[in-house]
Amino acid sequence: MDVWQITSFTLLTALAATALMVPPGLALAWLLARRRFRGRVLVETFVSLPLVMPPVATGLILLLLFSPRGPVGGVLARVGIDVVFTWRAVVLAMTVMGLPLFVRTVRAGFEQVDTRYEAIAGTLGASPIRVFFSITLPLAFPALAAGAVLGFARAIGEFGATIMVAGSIPGVTRTLPVAIYTFTEIGRDRDAAMLLAVSAGIAFAALWLSNYLTSRAGLRT
Amino acid sequence: MIEIDIRLEQGSFVLDVRERLEARVTVLFGPSGAGKTTILDAIAGLRTPVRGAIAVNGRTLFSSTGGINLPSHTRHVGYVSQDIALFPHLDVRRNVTYGQRPGQKLSLESVASILEVGALLDRGVSMLSGGERQRVALARALMSAPDVLLLDEPLAAVDLELRRRILPYLERVRDELAVPILYVTHDRDEARRFADRVVVLDRGNVIRAGVPAEVLPGTDAPAAARKG
Repeated sequence: MDVWQITSFTLLTALAATALMVPPGLALAWLLARRRFRGRVLVETFVSLPLVMPPVATGLILLLLFSPRGPVGGVLARVGIDVVFTWRAVVLAMTVMGLPLFVRTVRAGFEQVDTRYEAIAGTLGASPIRVFFSITLPLAFPALAAGAVLGFARAIGEFGATIMVAGSIPGVTRTLPVAIYTFTEIGRDRDAAMLLAVSAGIAFAALWLSNYLTSRAGLRT
Repeated sequence: MIEIDIRLEQGSFVLDVRERLEARVTVLFGPSGAGKTTILDAIAGLRTPVRGAIAVNGRTLFSSTGGINLPSHTRHVGYVSQDIALFPHLDVRRNVTYGQRPGQKLSLESVASILEVGALLDRGVSMLSGGERQRVALARALMSAPDVLLLDEPLAAVDLELRRRILPYLERVRDELAVPILYVTHDRDEARRFADRVVVLDRGNVIRAGVPAEVLPGTDAPAAARKG
């Protein structure tokens, strides 16, 4: 068993997923924190849905959407992009499952930024885009970092949606949690235990970092 | 010159004001809740009137009949509020130059020398005293080369001694830079010392307007003009 391959694959796909969470996550967090619009509660509910739905059910939805006969997968297949049972499906599952945590954390960060700073920046001639990037985002940065770490940690631990949409193909889609499950099932307990130790180490480091950043965010505002 | 003719509603509070402000320094005077800050907010684009028009130096910022409502960042107003929101993540220099426009006449050196903030430029804002924060906020507003300076009780949060030290800076801004100032206060002495013209507000309406000596004579203050 290649512990290194499984670990590095999991870390890389989780990093890619975290990077993919940031643009839509920032936009959603800002919308929910700063705008009152019709359907706001609906958006809020929709974003948080993967947090409360069984991950396997979320995985099934993704499978239906992204399979070559699905509405999204069909379009992608026509341009030659396969998703299900490839590394892309792993990243997709991780992104969808991590996004709610990212959005909730960053939204709370935006809400802590005093709107007076934004109003004053506006009177000084800064456009809303400049206000966002020069005032709101830097002031909410610790929350942004904490949200990214949480989303990343969630991505590392993703199992249910991943196994549905990506399976457990050695060297192709097998991530740490999926490998632990597979090895335990076929009686390779030592391998499973080794991967368990690696996951515990990563989870501990990620949570410690997130808590550290969150506490810094609390001190700053 | 500021022309303002607006009606603005906030819950049960109604502001109904029609004034032409041509003086160098106009003081909006009146008790809390009279609508002084609301007028500044309306000029700065932070609150939207239900009807009316606002123009500064002939440039229309808001007109309900003309369908004009310029966003805050294109209004060219310098706003210094009572709770001076200096950006906590930027040092003094980056605060002061935040709104600097390319090619503007007013230089950092001249603003820094008028307000004596030159020595503070490389400090973090958390290291400033109350009086220094006021001057930095004022410098920041001036550096955006505003068409009008809106000062919302800039001295309300500082003690009498500090007030005595900052007022001369405000007077230098008034005398050395040709920026019209709209100054909100409920302090009679400040109003008399600083104003060319005083507009007295109460419950959302102008009740008197004129030169300070006429509008705010002696100590026989009408109840409406005392601090509420």
